[in-house]
Amino acid sequence: MAKRIDCSDVNIYYGDFLAVENVTVSIEPRSVTALIGPSGCGKSTFLRALNRMHEVIPGARVEGKIAMDGQDLYGPDADPVAVRRQIGMVFQRPNPFPTMSIYDNVAAGLRLNSKKLKKSDLDDLVERSLRGANLWNEVKDRLNRPGSGLSGGQQQRLCIARAIAVEPDVLLMDEPCSALDPISTLAIEDLMADLKDRFTIVIVTHNMQQAARVSEQTGFFNLNGVGQPGRLIEFNPTEKIFSNPDQKATEDYISGRFG
Amino acid sequence: MTTQITPAPPATDGRTTPSPAQRPEGRLPRWVPGACFAAAAAVAVGLEAMGDFNIALAVLWTAVLGTLFVWVSSRLMEGPRKATDRLVTCLVGSAFGIAMVPLLSLVYEVTRRGIARFDLTFFTYSLYGIVGEGGGAYHALMGTLVITALTTLISVPIGLLTAIYLVEYGTGRLKRAITFLVDVMTGIPSIVAGLFAYALFALVLGPGIRLGFAGAVALSVLMIPVVVRSSEEVLKLVPNELREASLALGVPKWRTIVKVVVPTAIAGLGTGVTLAIARVVGETAPLLITVGITNATNLDPFAERMATLPVFAYYQLTQPGVPPEFAIDRAWTAALLLIMLVMGLNLVARLISRYFAPKTSR
Ligand SMILES: Nc1ncnc2c1ncn2[C@@H]1O[C@H](COP(=O)(O)OP(=O)(O)OP(=O)(O)O)[C@@H](O)[C@H]1O
Ligand SMILES: [Mg+2]
Repeated sequence: MAKRIDCSDVNIYYGDFLAVENVTVSIEPRSVTALIGPSGCGKSTFLRALNRMHEVIPGARVEGKIAMDGQDLYGPDADPVAVRRQIGMVFQRPNPFPTMSIYDNVAAGLRLNSKKLKKSDLDDLVERSLRGANLWNEVKDRLNRPGSGLSGGQQQRLCIARAIAVEPDVLLMDEPCSALDPISTLAIEDLMADLKDRFTIVIVTHNMQQAARVSEQTGFFNLNGVGQPGRLIEFNPTEKIFSNPDQKATEDYISGRFG
Repeated sequence: MTTQITPAPPATDGRTTPSPAQRPEGRLPRWVPGACFAAAAAVAVGLEAMGDFNIALAVLWTAVLGTLFVWVSSRLMEGPRKATDRLVTCLVGSAFGIAMVPLLSLVYEVTRRGIARFDLTFFTYSLYGIVGEGGGAYHALMGTLVITALTTLISVPIGLLTAIYLVEYGTGRLKRAITFLVDVMTGIPSIVAGLFAYALFALVLGPGIRLGFAGAVALSVLMIPVVVRSSEEVLKLVPNELREASLALGVPKWRTIVKVVVPTAIAGLGTGVTLAIARVVGETAPLLITVGITNATNLDPFAERMATLPVFAYYQLTQPGVPPEFAIDRAWTAALLLIMLVMGLNLVARLISRYFAPKTSR
């Protein structure tokens, strides 16, 4: 049940500091959208605004309109908890729950929300999610071991399995491969290709080749200087961005002639 | 380097070989520091044996003289740099040794004197109708257990919830105010806590009231800030990423706290609570005022006076009756029991932190 997300005139603040200014963009369902840009330009901030994780930080707030299939995510009757159930997130650093086993980590989204499932259904779901995250073969013999005993790359895939186990409509990934070796990275890229049939995927990455490989649409964020708000400079199909972008800044950034 | 004397190196780096007049850059044989301290101990015991023997002074003398001997011999055989190194090592070691003296001598003395009445009677009989020999502290032990349990029951929920508020919800003024008040409460003298609880209950139930529950309230005043402080520190250690991971799965905040934050911190929380119990189990002054003492067994904290171990020890020592030695023996045994309780609680705290810690190994 992939869904589209429409943002219009979104401003994102940390207290008084305007971190991201005036973003208007449409994110297509059943596709991978990549966000690129220099460090500190507000990619993570924008991503977290999409599933209302931004407001978890004290003093942080979002202005403007973000709608998912027409449903206003920041409307007066929108519940942040419900929004986060529909829009899952994978963080830059793997963060499995240290008190839980691998199995419990994957089942966490359901268990913590005390959804009651039959044991066999839950087993199925865990297996499906772990297969989906390309981790099943590595952990099927030790599902009851602690999740924090896995390698960094395995932990990241465990977090992906945990995120897809709750079957969200949209999956946000903040530099999911930044701590991974090329093989795990490839596994996750393959995974994204599989997942985009079912989910809308938004990924932040610093790796141009990765953005070019996995995404259909690419958005380039930039900022004019330290302390200035980040802006969405260009949003276009990935092929166009990497062959002949509309903006000079995009071309400079992609070809490494930046700053 | 295990060789004791380095052979003269070939003069390749421009340094001349040491002439026989110069001290060789040697190294003290292994046994020398030990021997120095043994000699120092012998001298110290000799010195002390001349006057009244005092074990604390003997240890002090041993530390000072031993350090001196080691330093001098090292200075003669190894040169000034090594000597300074050894001096500091000896100072640190001696400081530790001296710090252990009061602890060990206290445990030794209490055990020696308390063991006399550490028998079945002591644990099974109260003092009801006892004059002179026999009797026990069953009533006091049970009283201490009941009142401590009640204190824990009051303090842990309040303390834990306060800590959760401070770490997870509190912002701005209110949080700062609470933190300040908790700090102030940490410093409240125990007698003040006792007077507070007494005054509170006297207001409601009339003056002269003695109640186990009043004692539990007084101890809670002392225990709550300790629980808040330790729990707060532990909760702060839970990485923010775990909270975000849970929230991002669409788990409400209160559930995140109950199911993710607290379980992650459970080892530290348990340890903190256990140590807080150990902190109040031996409190005397507040119980003296609020609970009083009795010779009979009273296990109902909501009626009448109760006996508790510290107050029991206090009265056995200060009002022993005639002949006094039986009561004084009982006081020592009560003290021994208290020390064992505290040590046991510390042990429990260690076990908790060992067995409940998040498991990361494979
Ligand atoms: N918790 C916070 N409080 C205040 N300011 C913040 C906070 N997090 C980020 N910022 C600021 O917001 C701006 C955007 O940060 P953000 O983390 O979104 O950058 P980014 O594009 O994800 O960078 P990177 O590629 O390094 O991850 C930066 O100027 C940063 O200093
Ligand atoms: Mg970032």
